Amino acid sequence: MQAERIVILRGRKVVGGVAEGEALVTRDTISGWGGVNPMAGVIIETRHELRGQSFKDKVLVFPGAKGSSGWSVVFHLARLAGTAPKAMVFNEMTTKVALGAVVMRCPSVTDLDQDPLAVIETGDWVRVDGDAATVEVRKRVALAG
Amino acid sequence: MKLSDDEKAMLDGSRGKARRKAMELLVRYAEALGAAGFVETSNVAGVPGAATPFLQQHYRDAGGSYAAIFSYFDLDSDELLEVPVAATHTCHLQGGYDPEQWQLLGAKQEAVQLAQGSERFVQNRGVQILKTCTPYQVGNVPRFGEHCAWMESSAVVYCNSVLGARTNTEGRESTSAAMLTGRIPDWGFHGDEYRSGTHLIDVEFPVESMMDWGMFGYFVGAAVQERIPVIRGRYAIPDLIRHKHFGAAAASSGGVEMYHLVGVTPEAPNEQQALGARRPLEIIHYGAEQRRQVYRDLNSRARDSDVDFVMLGCPHAALEQLREAARLLEGRHVSANCNLWIFTARSIKLEAEREGLVEAIRAAGGVVLTDTCSAIGQALPPGTRVVALDSAKQTHYLPAIMGVQAWFGSTGDCIDAAITGRWRGELR
Repeated sequence: MQAERIVILRGRKVVGGVAEGEALVTRDTISGWGGVNPMAGVIIETRHELRGQSFKDKVLVFPGAKGSSGWSVVFHLARLAGTAPKAMVFNEMTTKVALGAVVMRCPSVTDLDQDPLAVIETGDWVRVDGDAATVEVRKRVALAG
Repeated sequence: MKLSDDEKAMLDGSRGKARRKAMELLVRYAEALGAAGFVETSNVAGVPGAATPFLQQHYRDAGGSYAAIFSYFDLDSDELLEVPVAATHTCHLQGGYDPEQWQLLGAKQEAVQLAQGSERFVQNRGVQILKTCTPYQVGNVPRFGEHCAWMESSAVVYCNSVLGARTNTEGRESTSAAMLTGRIPDWGFHGDEYRSGTHLIDVEFPVESMMDWGMFGYFVGAAVQERIPVIRGRYAIPDLIRHKHFGAAAASSGGVEMYHLVGVTPEAPNEQQALGARRPLEIIHYGAEQRRQVYRDLNSRARDSDVDFVMLGCPHAALEQLREAARLLEGRHVSANCNLWIFTARSIKLEAEREGLVEAIRAAGGVVLTDTCSAIGQALPPGTRVVALDSAKQTHYLPAIMGVQAWFGSTGDCIDAAITGRWRGELR
């Protein structure tokens, strides 16, 4: 049997709006240009733990952005191509991820009161409310017996 | 958010619709960052208006014009705008094609014409077409403390670290908005406190050659990620080329936007000043074992020793590097099974032509190209499987982007590979 447990994280608004979806979580920082194929919405960085995986329509939960200044362009292109994530939750603020979230027009929250990488697992259902700066995580809990 | 009268005027539309949209984008961006306001900048380096077939096609209902691409993509506007002249000094960084040898790069005429049209579009609006990832090699050398709005991670790290000017890693949209407003969010590297070092790196194995600086940069980026390393220990004072390779590598394996080299870079006269009031989060050692490991890492993207392509000039080659390539090629010829391309800036190529270097390299079977590189232009000779590179940055990106194997070594190892068609590089 399964039940749900709801965890709510509170943080700071990066981009407003509300979106929900399945979480895709990584502990690796994400490179935009050269790390992502925006037309496919797939991570391509050689040694990334999510290499080959798609973030399309997911809630992307990650430490932050790294690499080329093409970060915003790559995620902006993903928005145009319809492959962008639905929302983003991240720890480390950088100009790359801020501008990327803005031009993706993607509800995003950072500076959370609990580490989202510790709380959220891939597959959890996550609702990001950018304006309220909250992240609601629905976790499936296996019941004993 | 604190706005000046000028900024309010731009935001309320009294300076025209495009500047209003640019300011609106900058305000959204500043809010996302948590910035309290803006700094004035008179040094913007971006890729304003760069047109691609995808963007033209995407905005075809809006006419697919250069103005449409600038409005909808660069300024993230929902309406079509008339694009005015740049409000401040702006230069255009690298692009996707060599303007003369684009056929060699396998580019389509249509795409090249589109890119060249967008280049003229912004040139007519005051943008300097430098077409290089290294504006600091071709005359754009900001003064100490100057607020800049630069894209291109390898240029950003050079700007902050070597010149002591101040820029965050900006993106296409923020630099295009800065071009029309002369403003950029006052956040991060524009403030004193943010510029202090976070990690100490002890160099125990002497770092001297360009290859060693590249490997060391790749190590440091992986070790500190997006933090600020303070480096002390055994290194010879690096020249522009070594700084360029070190910073580019550190900005690829990690997100390093600034480093302090104690006794060398302008904000690091000594360790204490480089660290500011901070205690280092970590002290990291770089010795012979770490050096061997980073060499193995960089060469883990290749298996086959038959090399079909050698690419130099990432970041764009300095004149001295073209001289070195010509010297290494003297009396030799590139293998029939291999291609050698060297990328540089337009003005450096012009200088190299005057010196006879371009002709000397051509006579040996190599080609000097401008504006782009294999990663940015996504251009390889047909059938390329195995590449040899002297740049840790290009080694990081090219296999991921183009699905090729890549060897990393010295410029000499790479030229040898071009001559023999075989990789014989090793860590010396």
